[in-house]
Amino acid sequence: MKEESFFEKENSIPDPWDLPLETFDVSKAEIFESNLHGEYFRRLRKESPVHYCPDSQFGPFWSITKFHDIVAIDSDHKRFSSDTNIVIGDAEPELVTPMFIAMDQPKHDVQRKAVQPVVAPTQLSELEVIIRQRVGNILDDLPENEEFNWVELVSKELTTQMLATLFDFPFEDRHLLPYWSDVATTSETVGIEVDMNKRQEVLQECLAYFSKLWHQRAAEPRKFDFISMFAHGEDTKDMINDPMEFLGNLILLIVGGNDTTRNSISAGVVELNRNPKEYEKLMSDSSLIPNMVSEIIRYQTPLGHMRRTALEDVEFKGHTIRKGDKVVMWYVSGNRDEEVIENPDAFIIDRNKARHHLSFGFGIHRCMGNRVGEMQLRILWEEILKRFDRIEMMGEPQRVLSNFVMGYSNVPVRVHKK
Amino acid sequence: MTKVIFIDHDGNNHQINATQGDSLMEVAISNNIPGIDADCGGLCACGTCHVFVEPNWLSKVGERSEMEDSMLEYTESVKSNSRLSCQIKISEELEGLTVQLPEEQY
Repeated sequence: MKEESFFEKENSIPDPWDLPLETFDVSKAEIFESNLHGEYFRRLRKESPVHYCPDSQFGPFWSITKFHDIVAIDSDHKRFSSDTNIVIGDAEPELVTPMFIAMDQPKHDVQRKAVQPVVAPTQLSELEVIIRQRVGNILDDLPENEEFNWVELVSKELTTQMLATLFDFPFEDRHLLPYWSDVATTSETVGIEVDMNKRQEVLQECLAYFSKLWHQRAAEPRKFDFISMFAHGEDTKDMINDPMEFLGNLILLIVGGNDTTRNSISAGVVELNRNPKEYEKLMSDSSLIPNMVSEIIRYQTPLGHMRRTALEDVEFKGHTIRKGDKVVMWYVSGNRDEEVIENPDAFIIDRNKARHHLSFGFGIHRCMGNRVGEMQLRILWEEILKRFDRIEMMGEPQRVLSNFVMGYSNVPVRVHKK
Repeated sequence: MTKVIFIDHDGNNHQINATQGDSLMEVAISNNIPGIDADCGGLCACGTCHVFVEPNWLSKVGERSEMEDSMLEYTESVKSNSRLSCQIKISEELEGLTVQLPEEQY
């Protein structure tokens, strides 16, 4: 599977098979932007599945790259902490925004439970009608006979509308949500050079906007949106008094409901175009959609990693992980683990056991909005099949620069109506 | 073999002859019982093989582990007889075990 010429010719990223394992570093965001990470992780899974990188721009870190090892660490929340930082880079202490994904028990539990009902399955049937209507409107408004960016007009628009509903956010200002989401994920902590103080200024605007909403919601009876649930939650009603923690949880819910589904929506178009036989299968049998949705989420792995910090020395697979060490679980690698997933590099929409993937994480921090994300993708593809013979990709998609968000900024397409 | 009974959310009974040593989740999956997702594959790490154990069977299937408790805490519609079926091992003693399935896994 080695594609030697590709690495040297196309870019400055070295061929991973030529590098010494002692200093092997998978954390550079450019590797992911160039879509060359697959070969890097193939080498680690084969030769050093629990790997210690002694030095990187994020300092030393462990890489966990095989499926079952990732599940083991992810489930072991007593020894592998999520406290404060859950991506590879540490935020500067004054810029830390506490959020429940980056907390341990018991605080994590009470905050998560306060808002989880908004996206729990029983709530979803009510949302399904609204989503289907909106998907229909978005698809009906797409330009015909001209090329456009699928990410902007569909992926981003649909997830933004959904998020506005979950927050009961003023619909006319909804474009602020993906803007804040992108600002939040454009961070030094995931390998992107950026002015972190400017980033913080924009996020303060986000905080100011939401603080107003909080006070409105707190003065009204409780209802099923994230802000109202926090404002009326017994254990969360004082969160407004800790602005950084309020901001942190806002970022969590905005990014969680935005980037992930957005990039899965884009990835579906990309992979179906790269795999025409799979597109044929889909066109001839729409009942494959739910299974395809899981396969898209596995194949794309919208969030490439999560990071833990060891709370004590741990013997793991013949290695000693020391107290305080960073441990990075590379979901994007585990989802290609040859020993767990058959023919893992292939995109197969009717794959057996497609739900058995790592993209939502496992253990107590498992994705809270997984069913909302799956539902949006399912409805989108049901409505696409009603309207279009083909969403045709017109050129190579542009990936984003990050070792965390596995996404696309541009997927040029043309739609062919029925 | 041990006889176990799944009652799905629509009230249909599925009577299965289960292999001893398998988990109840594996029995459900290999017999295509609707309503069990088992995303993590049996590692007590996702909460999508949730079942309600008929009260008279509760003592026989054993106690929840701490991890199972943690995962069930985030499961919608959790009750005192909620269990993750991947954590129940089929044995001779469970002949006739009856469990109900929730409306949705989460």
